[in-house]
Amino acid sequence: MNDRQESLSSLDTFPKLLLDHGINRPDRIALREKDLGIWLTLSWSDVVENVRALACGLASFGFERGDKVAIVGDNRPELYMAMMAIQSLGGIPVPVYQDSVAEEMQYVLEHAEVRFAIVENQEQTDKVLSVLDRCPVLTTIVYNDPRGMRHYRQADLFAYKEVQTRGRQFDKDNPDYFLDEVAMGKGSDIGVILYTSGTTGRPKGVMLSNDNVIITCRNTNARERFRETDNVIAYLPMAWVGDHAISYGQALCAGYSVSCPESSDTVMIDLRELGPTSFFAPPRIFENILTNVMVRMEDAAWFKRKAFHYFMDVARRAGTKLLEGKEVPFTDRLLYGIGKVLVYGPLRDALGFSNIRIAYTGGEAIGPELFEFYRSIGVNLKQLYGQTEATVYVTIQPDDEVNSESVGTPAPDCEIKIDENTKEVLYRSPGVFVGYYKDEEATRETKTEDGWVHTGDAGYIDNVGHVRIIDRAKDVGKLNDGTMFAPKYLENKLKFHPNIREAVTFGDEKDYVTAFINIDLESMGNWAERNNLNYTSYTDLAGQEEVYNIIQSNIEESNKSLAADPGLAGSQIKRFLILHKALDADDGELTRTGKIRRKIVFERFSTLIDALYSDKKKIDIEAKVTFENGREGSIKADLKIRDVETFAAVKEAG
Amino acid sequence: MNETRNIGDTLLKVDNISLSFGGVKAITGVSLEIREREICAIIGPNGAGKTSMLNCINGFYHPQEGTITFGGDVRRHMRPHIAARGGIARTFQNVALFKGMSTLDNIMTGRNLKMKRNFLWQALHIGPARKEELEHREFVEHIIDFLEIEAIRKVPVGRLPYGLQKRVELGRALAAEPKLLLLDEPMAGMNVEEKEDMSRFILDTNDEFGTTIGLIEHDMGVVMDLSDHVVVLDHGEKIADGNPDEVRANQNVIDAYLGVAHE
Repeated sequence: MNDRQESLSSLDTFPKLLLDHGINRPDRIALREKDLGIWLTLSWSDVVENVRALACGLASFGFERGDKVAIVGDNRPELYMAMMAIQSLGGIPVPVYQDSVAEEMQYVLEHAEVRFAIVENQEQTDKVLSVLDRCPVLTTIVYNDPRGMRHYRQADLFAYKEVQTRGRQFDKDNPDYFLDEVAMGKGSDIGVILYTSGTTGRPKGVMLSNDNVIITCRNTNARERFRETDNVIAYLPMAWVGDHAISYGQALCAGYSVSCPESSDTVMIDLRELGPTSFFAPPRIFENILTNVMVRMEDAAWFKRKAFHYFMDVARRAGTKLLEGKEVPFTDRLLYGIGKVLVYGPLRDALGFSNIRIAYTGGEAIGPELFEFYRSIGVNLKQLYGQTEATVYVTIQPDDEVNSESVGTPAPDCEIKIDENTKEVLYRSPGVFVGYYKDEEATRETKTEDGWVHTGDAGYIDNVGHVRIIDRAKDVGKLNDGTMFAPKYLENKLKFHPNIREAVTFGDEKDYVTAFINIDLESMGNWAERNNLNYTSYTDLAGQEEVYNIIQSNIEESNKSLAADPGLAGSQIKRFLILHKALDADDGELTRTGKIRRKIVFERFSTLIDALYSDKKKIDIEAKVTFENGREGSIKADLKIRDVETFAAVKEAG
Repeated sequence: MNETRNIGDTLLKVDNISLSFGGVKAITGVSLEIREREICAIIGPNGAGKTSMLNCINGFYHPQEGTITFGGDVRRHMRPHIAARGGIARTFQNVALFKGMSTLDNIMTGRNLKMKRNFLWQALHIGPARKEELEHREFVEHIIDFLEIEAIRKVPVGRLPYGLQKRVELGRALAAEPKLLLLDEPMAGMNVEEKEDMSRFILDTNDEFGTTIGLIEHDMGVVMDLSDHVVVLDHGEKIADGNPDEVRANQNVIDAYLGVAHE
């Protein structure tokens, strides 16, 4: 008995943490869900009761320690509680991306050898049932939402509530069972297997131990000051490590509440109703929110529009500085105060950011203007860098050292080094994964003997100690003089200019860097109209002298900012041309998700690339295009090539 | 289609009705039956009298001859409000929603007949009226959940795309808890994806609530897939009646749709 008490109080697994919350803060809200338009709440003691019933129910089906259980569905309290129940019994939850098609799901279910699947609804049940015969060990499916399930007659299909009812009976008959099982859990046990989304090859199952997740989450909570009073919204896929940390690990460590939106379409509405204190979103979502604001402002009444633009100018001057506690002139401070009442406050409220303490973004480069917008209206938006293999956190920007270019300083207890040759970023931290499930070889390739993990990303540490990620390591090349050349980094920098839609840069094993530019027809065309410039088509506009002038000044701006960066000053763009056609997925130059297919661009435009590295000022071209109706045709054009001014590298101070 | 569905007795019987507007004969001597829990499609070329038929069933038009029997009551002249109270709900060929009101409010209007308290009570919004409204709101929320329109709950209907407006209209009809639901071209002007969604909602409605459905539709693929029973009208007369396969093979139907050379 005493052993059990001792084990339970060690708090080294999530079920133990849960029981602790059940005792110390039984009435605080743990989980929220919107159902039939009403926010329903579950307190920590409710969660304990539900988890206990479900765990005992699973036990009555013959659950054994070490069993793997697939969790499939949108963020639902029942699914988070299922993870706790599984861990209580020493099992391993395997969350699966809910939008994956049956074949993708089958790979994970089979590879992970799951014995149970706990799914959200009929849709997910159907997917699992369709691949059931290819998953020999999968025996039992539990579904949460009974809608549409009345006609299912499969023997091994049970409703979540039914399993819990059985569990309550089982618990009555075996009153010690649940606590004994929880007490048997250890920090070194595998807590969860998360499958990486697998953009390259088959997904790999990242095994994280309870220690990995708990220590990382505690560290992060301490550094970012997460407390039980915090409140987050869980809307990113449960199979993604970020959600596992923010909505599960950190919530259970700090005891804060997690809210699940009504459906994936209502996230923005629910966000406003909840007013979370912390919010994570990839740059794309922040961009969509901003676009919505801007579009609606353009439709607003004259006075509102004027006031909005005036105070946004004030915010740009003063907002970020105020957020960081820096010196601001008195008049700006006063104006910002007025703006807060008239514009920023209502705007933050409309976006659901009125209580926000910290907002995070990561995963991709974020445009400086976008970044500044949120910070200037008082949203503490920060960047972080992380990986599934690290239990998310590798670096986080400290509150007072935020910028749009770096990803911040190493997370607590995380060490970072840069490989001298490949510029690859390596890290070592308490969150470093145990290994890939059933893939020793991949584990050895990624994780060294002494615990360093290869990120596959190239980067460097800047002069204030922040890590900057520039590109995938395999894409990074070298100029002939040895300067590092990171194509995606340069292209992103160019694409932040609204006039530039797409850019392709060249430089690997060349003397200098050059670029292809695609102009943004909408923004450039709008400019042309306002300046009474006639054009007939993309090709026509792209060839105009004035357009070249604008793009040239954009590139020069980018070069200036590159010059400020000692590691990259050598890769300023020397020559460019504006392509006569927009790169397009139909022509195979982009992937369907809009990424450049470098190889195809290289082959198709090789004559243009050669011209960029000659001293020609002009080149004739005839190119094949595929029209939307499938017909093929050709475009003849006469492309100009421009030289761009480059700037001397800025010397480091001191 | 699953086998557990059991189609019951006759719910609606239209017996030999004729309708004319002045000298124009819209319907001449048509009889048809719709049985409980079935999906019955009424099809036919333009001007065949399909919408007139629906209008007769829910009492909007009064046929000059014939009777309509709904749930055991025989009527010569159905009245719209009696039809609605009796459990017939319908949607319209042109969306007929309150454009300035939110989705939620539009669907709430479908509950109006079920409200026991009068206008004054409702305006005061106290005591029993308030309690009653909450109950109705809960029912409406089930429909919102069922039709997956949570995200547009508070959006004025006028701002919604056409496909969603059609869905809201279906929601309002469902709010009346009808025994018989009449859908007048629920999929007109929709793209393939919207049609698939709508078809699923119609099947689910029939399956979950056991609602009998009478539907007018032009998309033959949809009609043949959804319905248990198809009635074909042409120039105001019934030319075929039976299950989809029989109707598909019927020579009169093929002639009516494709036209036939007159000697």
